[in-house]
Amino acid sequence: MRAAILAAALLAAAPPAAAVDDAAILAADPAPLLSQYGFFSDAATLTPAAGVVAYGIATPLFSDRALKFRAVYVPGGRAAAYSADEAFDFPVGSALIKTFAFPASFAAPDRDLRVIETRLLLRQAEGWKAHAYVWRDDRSDAELKIAGKRLDVAFIDEAGRRVAFQYAVPNRNQCKGCHEIGGQVAPIGPKARNLNFVWPLSGGESQIATWTRLGILQGAPDSSRIPRAVDAFDPGNDVAGRARAWLDVNCAHCHRREGPASNSGLFLGAGETDPVALGIGKRPVAAGRGAGDRSFDIVPGEPDRSILMLRVESAEPGVMMPELGRNLADDHGAALVRAWIASLR
Amino acid sequence: MRYVTVTVALLACANPARAADVAVPPGPGAAERLAEALISARPGDTIWLGIGRYELADGLSLAVDDVSLRGIGPDVSVLSFAGQQGSGEGLLVTSNRVVLDGFAVENPKGDGIKSKGSDTITFSNLRVEWTGGPNEKNGAYGVYPVASRNVLIDGVAVRGASDAGIYVGQSQDIVVRNSLAEFNVAGIEIENSWRADVHGNVARHNTGGILVFDLPNLPQQGGRDIRVFANTVVDNDTDNFAPKGNTVAMVPRGLGIMVMANRNVHVFDNDLSGNATAHVLVAAYPNDYKDDKYLFVPRGVYVHDNRYGPGGNDPNGEVGDTISRVSGKPVPEVVWDGVTRLTEWVSWVDPENRVYVEEAEGVGVINLKMISQLLLPWSTAPDRNAANYRGSIAEPPAVRLPQDKEG
Repeated sequence: MRAAILAAALLAAAPPAAAVDDAAILAADPAPLLSQYGFFSDAATLTPAAGVVAYGIATPLFSDRALKFRAVYVPGGRAAAYSADEAFDFPVGSALIKTFAFPASFAAPDRDLRVIETRLLLRQAEGWKAHAYVWRDDRSDAELKIAGKRLDVAFIDEAGRRVAFQYAVPNRNQCKGCHEIGGQVAPIGPKARNLNFVWPLSGGESQIATWTRLGILQGAPDSSRIPRAVDAFDPGNDVAGRARAWLDVNCAHCHRREGPASNSGLFLGAGETDPVALGIGKRPVAAGRGAGDRSFDIVPGEPDRSILMLRVESAEPGVMMPELGRNLADDHGAALVRAWIASLR
Repeated sequence: MRYVTVTVALLACANPARAADVAVPPGPGAAERLAEALISARPGDTIWLGIGRYELADGLSLAVDDVSLRGIGPDVSVLSFAGQQGSGEGLLVTSNRVVLDGFAVENPKGDGIKSKGSDTITFSNLRVEWTGGPNEKNGAYGVYPVASRNVLIDGVAVRGASDAGIYVGQSQDIVVRNSLAEFNVAGIEIENSWRADVHGNVARHNTGGILVFDLPNLPQQGGRDIRVFANTVVDNDTDNFAPKGNTVAMVPRGLGIMVMANRNVHVFDNDLSGNATAHVLVAAYPNDYKDDKYLFVPRGVYVHDNRYGPGGNDPNGEVGDTISRVSGKPVPEVVWDGVTRLTEWVSWVDPENRVYVEEAEGVGVINLKMISQLLLPWSTAPDRNAANYRGSIAEPPAVRLPQDKEG
């Protein structure tokens, strides 16, 4: 979180200029180059163009530790409609822009940033379209990649260890692998509970207030009635709340009744109240070797007998969960889930 | 590559529709070209694989309706996932009216070919194989339609799955025919599904041949209206190699056909031989569970007119021991655990919910009279009188699929 904020502050320092090309967002075919949309006034610093608003979310999805810079564009004079539980309903012509980058070292995350890819969700008349653009090495522009791409990535972690792996830029279908509700492509992050906090670049107010003030969001109720997600990595919060927040962000986009993993019967949303649906005492159905020798998704008090733990700690395809979007294990998230399962009685 | 080009050209001439034929020959960059062809396909297109191997580092996926993916044959057009680094399956289909035909998927890290939420999907003339033989590190399912409708599996071969070779889960209107499942834990498994015909298949050298299961805590349950007929279910003699936590890990080596929970299941005209635990087992779900909507006992099962060779002579595992402690050896051809609901135990079972067996004279039938979840007999004497199970229930109509109505 801290690293992302530092880097975002750096990148957003310059004043905005250029304008977004609304026609490019609505075109039948995606633009071959990211610059054609005009989301950035300066590609070299990823400075947002006029009308493009940077934002942050409370607990980001783990993406191999990539720093992620989010921005939203809503076409002039229009606004997204507030929802208490789901992602906001954005008007046609909107865009969600997320750029993935790695610092050379997490000891200095605001320096030597390698920008990998920018993923777009474009709101067209018939629904959302997902595209990934891979940045050129000289960062002059980013190129559309339909079939995805694997890239060698390396960084130094906080402990000074070198971590090297193959990072996967998703193909278009894989985008849908997570961004799907009831068969349609859908945003995940911009929900009220994820945005309802004071982000360093939101001027001392909740981002919901900022978006409302900028006119890109309408219908938000009084701030006391807006849900707020727990920051999974704020040690001031209780373990159960943090772990459930982490599971909500990292798992529930698939593991919900309308999602790609509906057939598992395992539902990990923050609002889930059925203990069996949450995995407690639930036997696996199609886990295959992902179950290992374990019989239940969660055995209260026993993380090492819980399939969920095995899946979260693994980085092996066929075992690891989520099955897309990561190649490394989220050590911090896994430790949190472990502490939570150990605390269950 | 000329062979493929000719094939594609011929097909294009014979079929001058607006649909495009897209050839993706193997060779440098084939993995990316194939992934891109599947993503960029338009409805009506056929994507053609050539002769050769495609080395894939990531799973493939198809999300466009009305697309066919065809190879030249399951021995020559091979998608190899030995170097797979991501995704939970080799090929994932999430769209409707899709045909997969004439290719192989080898050594995927997870499942082989999965469809999720597809309506009208055909798996034909395919091979899914873990080429190292049975191993618990193999993926779970070979051919794996789930939450799908109008599913046709025709002429596929699956070897080495650490769960089920052909697995149909939470689906409706299903035909599995003319297929081969061998060296899997379960050969063919129909789970939590409605209306399935499983016929003309060979299930051999698996741990268990054909399983019809219903499990709790799933979005679709109450499996029902299933016919398993005219299959060859022989020599299922592979040790169970499923990871221990899976439901199929309980299946004993040498089980022919097993019906667990479910309603209105008909097992007939099959050839069973060389299944050393039991040829046919009808049983309740044995584990504890929390699910008010789930019914753990089988309802209305009719086993009739099957042909039996040797079997039941070497019952295996906990299930085999439990049976043979009561039945002795060899285990009779048709075994029912006899578990009923408590209310029925003290009264009676409605005729449409009973287990019926009409087999040739001399075919052994046994009711073990087990108490649910204890795996202990509630009576000191099992019932071996086949006459007590005579009778029948009406057979569901044949499953009719849109795939079979065309052409």
